[in-house]
Amino acid sequence: MIQYIIRRILYAFPILLGVNILTFVLFFIVNSPDDMARLQLGQKHITQQAIDNWKHQHAYDLPLLWDSHAVGGEKLTHTIFFEKSASLFMFRFGMSDSGRNIGADIQERSLPSLALALPTLVVGLGVNICLALMMVLFRNSYLEQAGMVLCVLLMSVSSLFYIIGGQFFAGKLLKLVPISGYDNGFAAFKFLILPILIGVFSGIGSGVRWYRTLFLEEVGKDYVRTARAKGLTETATLFRHVLPNAMIPILTGVVVVLPSLFLGSLVMESFFSIPGLGSYTIDAINNQDFATVRAMVFLGSLLYVLGLLLTDISYTLVDPRVRLS
Amino acid sequence: MLLGACQPSQLNNPYGDADDQLDILYQSFSERPKHLDPAVAYASNEYAFIAQIYEPPLQYHYLKRPYQLTPLTASALPQVQYLNAQGALLPDTAAEQDIAFTDYIITLQAGVRYQPHPALAKDAHGDYLYHHLSADVIANLKTLYDLPKTGTRTLLSEDYVYQIKRLAHPKIQSPIAEIMKNYIVGFAEFAQQVADKPKTAIKEMSMEGVVANSPTQYRIRIKGKYPQFSYWLAMLFFAPMPWEADVFYEQPGLKDKNITLDWFPIGTGAYFLAENNPNRRMVLGKNSYFHAESYPTEGEPEDKAKGLLADAGKPLPFIDKAVFMLEKETIPYCSKFQQGYFDASGIASDNFDQAVQFTGGGEVALTETMKAKGMQLQTSVETSTFYMGFNMLDTTVGGTSESARKLRQAIAIAVDFEEFISIFRNGRGVPAQGVIPPGIYGFVDGQDGINSAVYEWRDGKPHRKTIAAAKQLLAEAGYANGVNPKTGQALILYFDTMAAGVDDRPMLNWYRKQFAKLGLELVIRATDYNRFQEKMRTGNAQIFTWGWNADYPDPENFLFLLYGPNAKVKFGGENASNYQNPEFDRLFEKMRNMDNGEERYQLIQQLQAQVRHDAPWLFGFHPKNFALFHSWYKNLKPNLMANNQLKYTRINAQERAQKREQWNQAVFWPFWLAAGGLVLLAWPAVRAYRRKLRG
Repeated sequence: MIQYIIRRILYAFPILLGVNILTFVLFFIVNSPDDMARLQLGQKHITQQAIDNWKHQHAYDLPLLWDSHAVGGEKLTHTIFFEKSASLFMFRFGMSDSGRNIGADIQERSLPSLALALPTLVVGLGVNICLALMMVLFRNSYLEQAGMVLCVLLMSVSSLFYIIGGQFFAGKLLKLVPISGYDNGFAAFKFLILPILIGVFSGIGSGVRWYRTLFLEEVGKDYVRTARAKGLTETATLFRHVLPNAMIPILTGVVVVLPSLFLGSLVMESFFSIPGLGSYTIDAINNQDFATVRAMVFLGSLLYVLGLLLTDISYTLVDPRVRLS
Repeated sequence: MLLGACQPSQLNNPYGDADDQLDILYQSFSERPKHLDPAVAYASNEYAFIAQIYEPPLQYHYLKRPYQLTPLTASALPQVQYLNAQGALLPDTAAEQDIAFTDYIITLQAGVRYQPHPALAKDAHGDYLYHHLSADVIANLKTLYDLPKTGTRTLLSEDYVYQIKRLAHPKIQSPIAEIMKNYIVGFAEFAQQVADKPKTAIKEMSMEGVVANSPTQYRIRIKGKYPQFSYWLAMLFFAPMPWEADVFYEQPGLKDKNITLDWFPIGTGAYFLAENNPNRRMVLGKNSYFHAESYPTEGEPEDKAKGLLADAGKPLPFIDKAVFMLEKETIPYCSKFQQGYFDASGIASDNFDQAVQFTGGGEVALTETMKAKGMQLQTSVETSTFYMGFNMLDTTVGGTSESARKLRQAIAIAVDFEEFISIFRNGRGVPAQGVIPPGIYGFVDGQDGINSAVYEWRDGKPHRKTIAAAKQLLAEAGYANGVNPKTGQALILYFDTMAAGVDDRPMLNWYRKQFAKLGLELVIRATDYNRFQEKMRTGNAQIFTWGWNADYPDPENFLFLLYGPNAKVKFGGENASNYQNPEFDRLFEKMRNMDNGEERYQLIQQLQAQVRHDAPWLFGFHPKNFALFHSWYKNLKPNLMANNQLKYTRINAQERAQKREQWNQAVFWPFWLAAGGLVLLAWPAVRAYRRKLRG
């Protein structure tokens, strides 16, 4: 398995390099270094000298991908792409175009993102599994049908509605929690409870339907019939036999999103003023801050690759029949 | 039960209970500032912080109008001396062409000191404690506040000189560096000298035009006569900077920790940055070393009746702390304001109707709900002009021909900006009659101030001319009924805009309809910001919208937008419509450096009349700012030029605490109702399950 992991890590390098090149090309098709300078310097009294100076100070006066005037290896290294991207592979994210250390910002912002995303995932998983099991327990009854209708209804509503509605109802009308904000340590609890509840609630519709499908597939299998024939109650059958067997697709679905939990949720963080990573990339795109954009895209793709690798490994843990080679 | 056991009041309080009755101002910011270095910062969201921290030599009087400069750290307004090319002193009445240089001599107040800061901390021997930090110490730092010792020192004139030298250093990238090269003697040469030198090297180098005469006096020499330079001295670019700041922050490794001068200011102002977390909140604390300054004792005649002079003569500042919370979305922001957790709020389109209503007479008033909460509404016309411009280089709408002029005038009548203000801005704007907004010298209200090319005066107010009049002009321009004689089809005009979103469609349709009134077809060319700017720079836009916000309260700062040598395409200046009229340029050159007086006033009117006739712009509107404040917010007067209002603001914290408690009683019964509902819903399931088990 170690060999497999090493091979997968090595595969990740060309993928990350490709993502980097693609981000670079897409970014510079839309923005030129002059455009970036103009946005950073502001709207008023901007002269070409000021733009040239900004580009020089930020090393954006180099050729983009290839310096035909340089000699030897410098043809490649004396470029914006190399200067800005090579250090990413050593996790040195550098300075944003507005002068802040990106690594420090990511470090600071990832914890609030995680504080919101992880409980939402864990509580949501628990609630969805319980509700899905309940629907399977009452399958072919009016309760299941009513539950399904409710799930479709919940799925059909935009998450924005849940957020605004939740803030209005719990924060403004009932005044039970702050409408938005964040604090450090345990003081963050009162700010996180509402977004977590909304996150869980808004995911119930799709989550319950998905898990119900997985459980229904399992309850029709022979081993379940055998369990019932042994005289086990329906709840014991569901919890002791169906649930563990249905865990494989559930686990793989969860593991793949685990690394990206650091990246946060754009809308949720924006509405609840949670200082996470959710809005970091969007802000950077709006400000044409290439340094931050490429760092965040790199991080996103790295975490995605990591998620896929963890999924593969988790297969072997939950199903002994699976071998990685 | 847990919820029930909690204090039912203010469960929704986003702040600590201990802060409830303190003199703390709570405000918000929606976008984190990019720069807090006064040499670089130029945006309003940056000035909201640093204008409370840094102090240029001058400031705007808080209450008096029209806007007046008063000393801040200076002991008096600058002494202005004119010199000829040989450096000999000229009388104040000297003709402009004889003045080769102007000296601004600024004398500082005694006893002004910097806020406590680690860069100024010294040990028992008088050596700076933190100017040679080891790599280990830097590695363990998370924030500037991790350095335990702080120090202060007296403000010196050399600090102002040092800051002007910083403006010139190419590595600082000050947005006004290129402008100042045209004015300050030796500025351009200094920039060249220091280009390859570190920021700290400028301390020992001198700039010809900027000299410290003594520890409390310095002199700035500018080229020629430029009376508006005094206004620059009230801008934060000219705030002092101790050389110790650069020596401290330039130590290797601090930048990687985001510990830079751009993020941790060091000033002499009423406040210092006590907490710097631009991702969540910024906190300003009262500067314990703030120099003696008192609330103004004079203002406008009505200020006394409004209670604005109740604090006259009292020492500033009044508030101990100002907390700025990051709020990106308007809905939660407005809700928190209504709960009393923010002290002031702007009015977004989403909540406009909840907050404001128009009375029968067209007056603006608060809604009954807002009045019941004791809120105050403050309105002020911004010193800005939003206009629709024609590219004067364009072969159809541009140029000085009679035909093109009449076409532009016809469009100016047809595009109904009164309707625009009503539909798209909830009435928050004043239709513009010229380039200069209200509050700026040279603005004329009433019949004498109307744009007679577009309006006529009837029943005591301006009325837009009829579409028939516009059609007549269009026919005279050679486009009868909007038909282009060359094609026999409707004349097609192109509107270049950055408004490319779905939300912008109603506005773009509205523009189309305005042109369609004359039979003209308006084609929208929506594009992104970069492409739009490129079109403007290269002269490929035909019709566009643009705006200008005053740098300082002088008509020159608006009329220069139409000065020929400022044309965007040819000279890269701020004249976006590339208007070039020798007569306008001649009058402008005569007016720009003149002191305010009858002759200047008349010149301004001539300049306005010229552009109204030539119509390179549809003058659009001057935006009107609406803001809401709670009843506990005192000393409230809009000042669109000053950014350092925080020190004048007073809060009645007791009243706020009472109202917060009254407004934020938690409501539990729907919670219990929902819980009961869930039990009722679960009951059939439990019954069904039991039946199943029995069966």
